[in-house]
Amino acid sequence: MKPPPPGITESAWLRLNKRAVLDRRWATISLYTGIAITAVIAALSLAAPFLGLRDPLATDLMNALAPPSSEFLFGTDDLGRDIFSRVLHAGRIDLVFGIVTTYVSLVIGLLIGALSGYFGGIIDTIIMRIVDLVISFPFIILILTIAAIVGPGLAGAYIGVIAVSWALYARLTRGEMLAIRRREFILNAETLGYGTPRIIFVHALPNLLRANLVFSMSDIVLNILTLAALSYLGLGVAPPTPEWGEMIAQGQKNLLNAWWISTLPGLVIVLAGVGFSLIGDGLADRLDDSGR
Amino acid sequence: MIAAPENPILSVTGLRKTYGGRHSLMNMMRGTPARRLVALDDISLSVGRNEVLGIVGESGSGKSTIARCIVRLERPDSGTVAFDGQDVWEARAQGLRHIRRNMQMIYQDPYGSLNPRLSIARAISEPALVHGLIGRDGVRPLVRELLDRVGLPQSMAELTPRALSGGQRQRVAIARALALKPRMIIADEAVSALDASVQAQILNLFSELIRDLGLSMIFISHQLSVIAHLADRVAVMYLGRIVESGSTADVFTRPRHPYTEALLKAHPDLEGKASREPALAGEIPSSYAIPAGCRFNTRCRHAETACFASDPPPTAFEAGHHAWCHVLPDLKGIDAT
Amino acid sequence: MMPHTPPPNPLLDVRDLSVGLTNRHVAFLAADRIALQVKTGQSLGLLGESGCGKSITLRALLGLVPHPGEIVGGHIEWKGRDWRSFSHREIMKIRGKEIAMIFQDPASCLNPVFTIGDQTTETLRLKLGLRSKAAQTFAADLLDQVGIPAPAERLRLYPHELSGGMRQRVMIAMAIATEPDLLLADEPTTALDVTIQDQILNLLARLKERTAMSMILVSHDVGVVAQNCDVIAVMYAGRIMESGPARDILQAPRHPYTRGLLAAIPQLRVGAGRPPLKTIAGLPPNPAQLPQGCPFQPRCPSARPECRTIPVTLDRNLPGHGSACPFVN
Repeated sequence: MKPPPPGITESAWLRLNKRAVLDRRWATISLYTGIAITAVIAALSLAAPFLGLRDPLATDLMNALAPPSSEFLFGTDDLGRDIFSRVLHAGRIDLVFGIVTTYVSLVIGLLIGALSGYFGGIIDTIIMRIVDLVISFPFIILILTIAAIVGPGLAGAYIGVIAVSWALYARLTRGEMLAIRRREFILNAETLGYGTPRIIFVHALPNLLRANLVFSMSDIVLNILTLAALSYLGLGVAPPTPEWGEMIAQGQKNLLNAWWISTLPGLVIVLAGVGFSLIGDGLADRLDDSGR
Repeated sequence: MIAAPENPILSVTGLRKTYGGRHSLMNMMRGTPARRLVALDDISLSVGRNEVLGIVGESGSGKSTIARCIVRLERPDSGTVAFDGQDVWEARAQGLRHIRRNMQMIYQDPYGSLNPRLSIARAISEPALVHGLIGRDGVRPLVRELLDRVGLPQSMAELTPRALSGGQRQRVAIARALALKPRMIIADEAVSALDASVQAQILNLFSELIRDLGLSMIFISHQLSVIAHLADRVAVMYLGRIVESGSTADVFTRPRHPYTEALLKAHPDLEGKASREPALAGEIPSSYAIPAGCRFNTRCRHAETACFASDPPPTAFEAGHHAWCHVLPDLKGIDAT
Repeated sequence: MMPHTPPPNPLLDVRDLSVGLTNRHVAFLAADRIALQVKTGQSLGLLGESGCGKSITLRALLGLVPHPGEIVGGHIEWKGRDWRSFSHREIMKIRGKEIAMIFQDPASCLNPVFTIGDQTTETLRLKLGLRSKAAQTFAADLLDQVGIPAPAERLRLYPHELSGGMRQRVMIAMAIATEPDLLLADEPTTALDVTIQDQILNLLARLKERTAMSMILVSHDVGVVAQNCDVIAVMYAGRIMESGPARDILQAPRHPYTRGLLAAIPQLRVGAGRPPLKTIAGLPPNPAQLPQGCPFQPRCPSARPECRTIPVTLDRNLPGHGSACPFVN
C-alpha cells in the first residue's frame, strides 16, 4: 500500500485501501476456491476405480442402512452398498455428462446464435422461432420421444439434453451478437471488405464467448440435475449403476431413518454446483474487458 | 451541390435514404401507414483531391448516414456514390477491393472501434494482410512504421486496447486506417469523444497526415471550431438536406442561410458574454415528420409564405458558395481574420 | 412565491475537501484539498478534462459520493454552518430544496415508466408539501418557466416522448421548483446539440438573474464555462490549479495547465494558413499514479526540479486570481 498522499488522514487512507483490495481478493478467492472444489471432486471421481474402494455394486445386507462411520464413510444404503464408493463412481458419470452436454450445446448454440444475430432478417427470425419452440417445448416429452427412438440409457439422455440446451446458448449468443453487431470495430471490418467468415469467427466470436462461458458454469449443474431427474424416471442411467440423482431418489423412502442415503449425495451435488458457480464468478471478473 | 472541384476524388449525387417506419400496434389497428424516417434527402456533394470537406450538422441532419452510404455500410435508396470515377455500389471484385482499400473510416467512439481481443499490432496489420498487401514477414515493419507515423511508442504493439487511453486508441484507429494507404479518409466525429488537450493532438496529426500523404478527407463534426480548423470546404446539413455549402472561410464569415448563422452564434464564444436571446428557438423536428416546404421554417425567424410552400432551390454566390433559402436575408458571420 | 431573504455570504465555503475513491483495486484521491467559495447570485465554473475530479467534487457537496468512496477530509460550510453539524435529516432536507442538482444525461435521470407530470409533482409534493391539485398547477407553471410550450399537455407525456433538450428543461424545472439557493449542474449540456445547448444555457442564465440563484457549473468545455460563469476554477488531477474571475482566467491565465488548455482549443476563426494547435504534451494523468508534488509536472513546459518537492496547493487568496503554481506568473 502506498503511503497516504497529503490531504488525507492515515486512517482514512487505510480504510479506502482495504475496500479497494477486498474487491480483488474476493474475485480471486472465488475462482480458486471453485477450482479447488471441482478439482477435488473430479479427481476423486475419476480415480474412483483405483482407490481401493468397495465395489459400488456389491450388496451386503448384513450392513444395510448403516450410518456413516469410519468403516463406511457415507454409510450404506438399503442394500448395504457403500455410499461413499457409489458417490465417487457416480461422479464419473455425472461430471462427464454435465461437462459434455454443456459444452457440446455451447458450441452448437454459439454458432447458430452468432449466425442468427449477424445476418438478422429472415434468417434470424426463423432461427429464433425454432429456438423459442425448443425452449418452450415440454422437455420430458422430447426426451421420452428420443429415448423411444434411441432406446433407454445414457445415449438417449445425452442426445435429449443437448437437443434442448443448445437453444439457450443460441439465444444468449444472438443477444450478445446483436450488441456488438453495430459496434464500430465490426463495421470497420466490413468496410475493409473482410469476408463474412472472418468477421464472425475472428472478430465477433471471441467477444461472444464470455457470456456463454459464465452461463455454462451454472448449466453444468443443471444438466447433472436433469440426468438425475431422468434416472428417476427410468431413463438415463438404469440401476444398479450409481448416479447421484438416482441415489437421492432411491433414498427417499428411508429419509427419516437413514437420512444419509439421500442427503450425502445431495450435498455432493450442491458442492459441485457451488464449485462451478464460483468458477463462473471468478471467470466473469477475469474475462471482463470492458475496461474504460 | 457544391461546385464540383475539377476531377473530384469522390462525388455523391442525389443520395436518398429512408428507414422503415415504426409499426405500432395502434397504427396497425387504425390502419395508419407506418411512418418513415427520412435520413437523407437528395444529397449531392464532392470532395477534391487533397482537400478536406467538412460536414457539420446536429442530430437528425444525416451526417453520419452519408458516411455510411459512402463506405458501403448502408445502401442508399437512390443516388450514386462515385470514387475516382467508379460507382461504389456497383463495383465488384477487383474494383470493389480497389475502392475499399482507398476509402477508410474513423469512428467517434475510440472504445468501440477496436476489437478488445486483438493486440494493437494485429489490429493495425490485419487489413494489409487480408488484402494481400504484405506477407507475414511484412507485419513487423508495417506496424513499426505506422506506430511511428501516428506518434505511438513501439512498446504499445503487443498491448490490447484495454490498456490504452481514448486518445491512444484513436491513434491506433488512425494507424489501422492508414495501413492500406488509402487516398481518402472519412472521420465521423473522430475527435468528439476526446478531451480538449488530446483532441488538439489528434487534430494536428490529421493536419500532418493530410499534408504529408496527400490525403483527401471528409470530416464530420458538430463542432464548428474543429471544422474551421481543418476543413477547406464545408457543407451544413439540416434534417437530411444540405442547406449551405462553400469554402469554410466564405460560409463562416458570410453565411447565407439562417441556420448557419444560428450555428455560428450558438457556438460558445470565449470572448463574448452570453447574449440575451438564444441563437435559435424551437426544437429540431423529428426526422419522421419533416416539415413541408423549407424544412427549417419551424425555427426560422425570417420565414415568409414561400418558405412554407416549397423547398428552396440552390442560389449560387461567389466561388462555389451555395445556399438553399427562399429569403436569403442579411446575416452575420464570424469576423474574418 | 415565498419572499426570498438573501442568505448569508458566502453561501458555500469549501476548504481542503478531499474525496477518496477506489478503482480497479487501487485507492486514490479523486479530489485533493479542494477550496471553493460561492456567493449568492454567483456562478462558479469547474473546468477540467475527464478524470480531473470535477464531478466527484460536485457530488461530495451533496454528500453523494458513491461507495466505496468517501469524503476523507476538509470542511464544507453551508450558509455559515459546518456540514458536520447537520443531522442526517437536515441534510436530506437541504438536498433538493436548498441545493439542487442537474445531470448530464436527462434520459437516464428521468424514470422512463412515469410521466413527467408524475415526476415533477412528486418533487413538489415531497419537498414543498403541496397537495395534488396545487402540485399539478405549479408543475405546469414550472414547465412554462423553463420554456416548454403547451406545458399542461406535456405533463402527460413520458420521458421518451420528449427530445433531449426538453428533458433537460424538465430536469431544470424540477430542480428550480423549490427556488434553491444553489444549483449544481454537472455537464448539463454536453449531450445536447449546439443550438439546444445554447438555449439551455440561456435559460439557466435568465433563471439565475431572476432568482439570484447561485450555480456551480461543471464542464469540460471552455466556451460553455467562459460564457456562463463569473468565477472559474480549473481542475487537474483532483486539484484546483487556478481560480479567479472568468475574465482574468481566460485573458491572463497564470497556471501552465490553464495556458496549455486554452492554447489547445481550436478557435472558431478562419484565416490563411491555419497553424497547428499548441498541444499539451503527454497524456491525461492517472489519478492512482501521480508524481510527488505538482501533478502537472510530466507535461509542464516550465517544470523544474522544485516542482517535485514543493507541496503544491492553491493559495486561498480569494477573491483574487490564484494559481497553484508558485513559479510561473
